[in-house]
Amino acid sequence: MIRLERLTKLYHMGDLEVPALRGIDLEVGDGEFIAIMGPSGSGKSTLMNLIGCLDQPTAGRYILDDVDVSGLTEDELAWIRNRKIGFVFQSFNLIPRATALHNVEMPLIYAGENQKRRDKALAALASVGLQERAQHMPSELSGGQQQRVAIARALVTDPSILLADEPTGNLDSESSLEIMRLLAELNQQGRTIVLITHEPDIARFAHRIVRLRDGLVVSDQPQAIAAGATETAP
Amino acid sequence: MTILEALRLAMGGVVANRLRSGLTMLGILIGVAAVILLVGVGNGASAAVQQQIEALGSNLLIIFPANAKSGGIQQGFGTASTLTMDDVRALADRQAAPDVAAAIPSASGRLQVTFGNQNWNTSLTGTTQDFPSVRNYQVASGQFFTGADVGAASKVAVIGQTVVDSLFNGADPIGQVIKLNRQSFRVIGVFASKGGSGFNNQDDVVVTPITTAWNYLLGGRGRNVQQIYVAARSAQSTQVASDEVTQILLDRHHISDPAQADFQILSQQDILSSASQTTGILTLMLGAIAGISLVVGGIGIMNIMLVTVTERTREIGIRKAIGARRRDILTQFLIESMFLAGVGGALGILVGILAGRGLPALVSALPAPLISLPSVLMAFGISVGIGLFFGIYPANRAARLHPIEALRYE
Ligand SMILES: Nc1ncnc2c1ncn2[C@@H]1O[C@H](COP(=O)(O)OP(=O)(O)O)[C@@H](O)[C@H]1O
Ligand SMILES: [Mg+2]
Repeated sequence: MIRLERLTKLYHMGDLEVPALRGIDLEVGDGEFIAIMGPSGSGKSTLMNLIGCLDQPTAGRYILDDVDVSGLTEDELAWIRNRKIGFVFQSFNLIPRATALHNVEMPLIYAGENQKRRDKALAALASVGLQERAQHMPSELSGGQQQRVAIARALVTDPSILLADEPTGNLDSESSLEIMRLLAELNQQGRTIVLITHEPDIARFAHRIVRLRDGLVVSDQPQAIAAGATETAP
Repeated sequence: MTILEALRLAMGGVVANRLRSGLTMLGILIGVAAVILLVGVGNGASAAVQQQIEALGSNLLIIFPANAKSGGIQQGFGTASTLTMDDVRALADRQAAPDVAAAIPSASGRLQVTFGNQNWNTSLTGTTQDFPSVRNYQVASGQFFTGADVGAASKVAVIGQTVVDSLFNGADPIGQVIKLNRQSFRVIGVFASKGGSGFNNQDDVVVTPITTAWNYLLGGRGRNVQQIYVAARSAQSTQVASDEVTQILLDRHHISDPAQADFQILSQQDILSSASQTTGILTLMLGAIAGISLVVGGIGIMNIMLVTVTERTREIGIRKAIGARRRDILTQFLIESMFLAGVGGALGILVGILAGRGLPALVSALPAPLISLPSVLMAFGISVGIGLFFGIYPANRAARLHPIEALRYE
């Protein structure tokens, strides 16, 4: 359960203060699938970095599973990122000189999991349909496959929340649909998904759409699951 | 993260940049090899000098002339300052010096020795019949000269093994006539080899009666005794013997204040400790010079680690995003720099040992370097320590990167 209260983020550029978020109030319940939309520069990525505990807010509170995250130390935040949150980035962010399997194993290394690491990583790769590509390097995989490896990496520690910042931004439309079906499936298994996108076609998969503009929430609406979004999209 | 995991990561990083890592290791390799080799040379020299001094015998005292001083002002040369044959005779007096077993004079110089068409430059010692017992020389064939030879200034010589090898080509030298400074001398004895090489070869000697040396070989420099060697009755009695010698010489030279003595007495222990102090300083200096190249190698590691951290900024961001703590990143880069330095150091030890083996063949005057296990272990420890020390700054820089900024880095 994610709860944001008057969350504010200021960036400093020299003497200039850039307000990226100007008081966001938002609640995301367990198992929800929400899409955050808005024009470029509206603060979507900033919001996701805060939700993902990669950054600290300038003001306001962030309560994650009844814990106020705003006051935690860097190592405690690292633990939360490792156990509770999985990231999927627009540019995949795989480590280029590690195999797909090793990339997926990496969160387990930092979790201190040694015994079942390989099995768990292989299982995560299998769940995204890439068990045959375990020993491939990222450069030997297509964009869609790389993003699936990234999703496997996000899943391998079994986190309850998946954060995806424009996960289809670098993919062709067919791979985009594959990825979105995968995310929808993961949501059906009970994972909370926060998706950032500016493409309506992609936002269709979510159950709720939050729109940002200039660092503020301007609308927050539930959405009927688009007909066939999970199964028969073009 | 386990150390094994960190090592695997570090090796991955090193292998990914083979040439760069290799050159960085080369810096440490050269430094460690230089330390191993130069410290080895220093220790080798020290051992050789020590061996030479120990060969003198533990009951030996050496008396050198020293200029008489009066109130800190040096007196003119030749007052009572030179040692004489009479001093030697007085020291051999059983009554006055019961703890002195024997005393011999020594007057020495370098000269040319020829036999047939062979010639050789060697050192000459003029002395008396007790030379073999006092200086620990054995006569291997023939015999040593006698007191009668000294009295008559006979033109006889006893020679060392190196001189035999240089002149005689396998022929028996006993009874042969050699030329010392173009005058004929008969070889009556050959010393057994004492070993030693290069600058401390004790077999490269010609010994004659001191009277003969004065008359024919030392070029009219007078009846000068350069040193007196005294053998004490035993190693335990050297101190007592030294006191007796001091008293006799002070009396003979009419000096009442021992601080004004015109001679100086050194025991084997004195020589040993001053020599080992000197060679210790030599070793230290050689090590320090080589150590500078190790520091330069360390700076090379720091340089390359800073480049690596910058290049992998994005990777660091990714690792942080998926849960790496500061200390995980810190360990990863520290292990990488220690790995570079450790492998460089291990190879440097190997090169240093091989170079130490090869060195005496190249430069025969140098004593064989002594490379000990502790010095090898220390060199390895120091190289890993250098990796640690020079890796701390880059690794810390990596560990402190902000995840967002690292992820945005292009
Ligand atoms: N590290 C930063 N330093 C300064 N300004 C930033 C930084 N990151 C984002 N911003 C600014 O904050 C605002 C919101 O950015 P962002 O969250 O990336 O928007 P979006 O993802 O919606 O395009 C923009 O005006 C952007 O220029
Ligand atoms: Mg963005």
